[in-house]
Amino acid sequence: MLRAVKGRKIRETRSERIFYGFVIFVMCFVLALTLYPFIYVLSMSLSAPVYILRQDVWLLPKGFSVEAYARVLSERGIWLAYWNTAVYTVAGTALNVTLTAMLAYPLSKRNFWGRNAVSLFVGVTMLFNAGMIPNFLLINRLGLYNNRLAMIIPGAISVYNMIIARTFFSGIPESLEESAALDGANHAVTLARIILPISKPVLAALTLFYAVAHWNTYFNALLYLPDLDKQPLQMYLVRLLVQNQRLINEGGTDALQQAVQAVQSKYATIVVVIAPILCVYPFLQKYFVQGVMIGAIKE
Amino acid sequence: MENRAVSRKPARLIIREAATRIRRDKFLWLLALPGIIYFAVFAYVPMSGLVISFMNYSPTRGIRGSQLVGFKYFIEFFSSPFFPRLLRNTVLLSLYGLLWGFPIPIIFALLLNEVKNGLFKRTVQTVSYMPYFISVVVLAGMVQSFLTPYDGAVNKIIAALGYETVNFMVQPRWFRTIYIASGIWQGFGYESIVYLAAISAVDTQMYEAARIDGATRMQIILRITLPGIAPTAIILLIMNFGRIMNIGFEKVNLLYSPAVYETADVIATYVYRRGILDGQFSFATAVGLFNSAVNLILILTVNWISKRVTEVSLW
Repeated sequence: MLRAVKGRKIRETRSERIFYGFVIFVMCFVLALTLYPFIYVLSMSLSAPVYILRQDVWLLPKGFSVEAYARVLSERGIWLAYWNTAVYTVAGTALNVTLTAMLAYPLSKRNFWGRNAVSLFVGVTMLFNAGMIPNFLLINRLGLYNNRLAMIIPGAISVYNMIIARTFFSGIPESLEESAALDGANHAVTLARIILPISKPVLAALTLFYAVAHWNTYFNALLYLPDLDKQPLQMYLVRLLVQNQRLINEGGTDALQQAVQAVQSKYATIVVVIAPILCVYPFLQKYFVQGVMIGAIKE
Repeated sequence: MENRAVSRKPARLIIREAATRIRRDKFLWLLALPGIIYFAVFAYVPMSGLVISFMNYSPTRGIRGSQLVGFKYFIEFFSSPFFPRLLRNTVLLSLYGLLWGFPIPIIFALLLNEVKNGLFKRTVQTVSYMPYFISVVVLAGMVQSFLTPYDGAVNKIIAALGYETVNFMVQPRWFRTIYIASGIWQGFGYESIVYLAAISAVDTQMYEAARIDGATRMQIILRITLPGIAPTAIILLIMNFGRIMNIGFEKVNLLYSPAVYETADVIATYVYRRGILDGQFSFATAVGLFNSAVNLILILTVNWISKRVTEVSLW
């Protein structure tokens, strides 16, 4: 280490410094490009309407107004959608993580009889998918159409996540389990007392992957949940942002004012929806990165 | 004794042996069972539902009341004027996406690795993951707001520079750019994770040796780091080629409109419109089956090539 630092000092030429300046410049550019949309959305939602009308908002908020948030949050629709998403995310993620770990654990055991057959059975589904329509017809036949369970049960296990868990489990030294067995612990006790506690990082990664997916998806709701009262937040957003439906009561007196308010309401809604995840992810980043890295390692 | 039994009654013994082993591993089997049932019901039952692509299926008639029509719907699809367009849009969206989207996370990871200030490095990294955590709906909503002709951020800039504003969302020639650029914005940080991990696995002695030999930073990147992560990059590239027909439904569905079908309509969105919206289940299933079959062939081919060329394969 010391030698490397010394070496760098000796070799630091002019062109090296120019190159390093270039690197820093590119990184600042990337930082700006990534952050700008977020800052813009926030600023548009918080500015006083008059500056929006004048098209004066570029980067930081001009004036200050939380009226847009007041309007957005006074709608029953968004609260209902928020509640639905929370329920689907919590229930769905719990089911996802449980089933994924339950399947991954046996498949990580070398001496599990049937391991290859089950792995093949599961792995094939990654290569070949029946497609949208047969899945849709199945959901109908199972009575899950317009049923909240359609947001939870289909997609209960992602093969990709299962492989991540399996890779992690198979990295646990077998001596650990053997010593537990010597102490008289049966499989269930070993799993609960030894395996699960040391698997916290991978369970955290799975929870994060699944929870983010539940929070962010609209596909199942679009196909299987026609009832507006059951739809999650993302469907509310589809109607508001993409289909431009008027879901929020704008108070304005003339058309121009209303148009400005509608624009601000949209931006405020985006903030309300993405804030929870953006506030939480930096703290869970470690697990996220670990999970992605395990997923990239091949067996 | 066991050996003698094998020669006399193999089948019965195999079953008995399987039973013994399953009993031995019954706890593990019990754990795996819900997962196995899940895949049986939600992956394999729909596969059997693919038969309706060879029938004149309607929900009221059911499968039993429907007649076989052979390849009627496949022929209808292949001979329809939409077929070449859908195929072209699906493949080009993937290929152009790969062309632009594949190198960027690599370059980003290589340059980020050069940053010496730890805090700045961590900040850039954390921020780069941020777009990955927003939904495709929010992404599409933001894209739409930013690109509106009068008050969108992009057109504000274009107007400020003295150019004519563009109505991006309704012009077919802009769709691919919008789709791919927004995809890169959302995914580059996430995709760089793997490369950063690969970079940190490069032997540090190589760097030191190169330094002593007087190599510049640029030379070290090109001669040591880049070759060090090349295997990872090649695997990912090959895997991506296997997914070329796999353009997802969610994002296209949010960004497109009839005005841009010319470049935007892909197989997945077409299946959705014909099947779910128009209720032509058999026809749409046939189109979907075509897509899945091509996907399967692609991934098997790509894996086979990968095995021969790089000795790495997915399985």
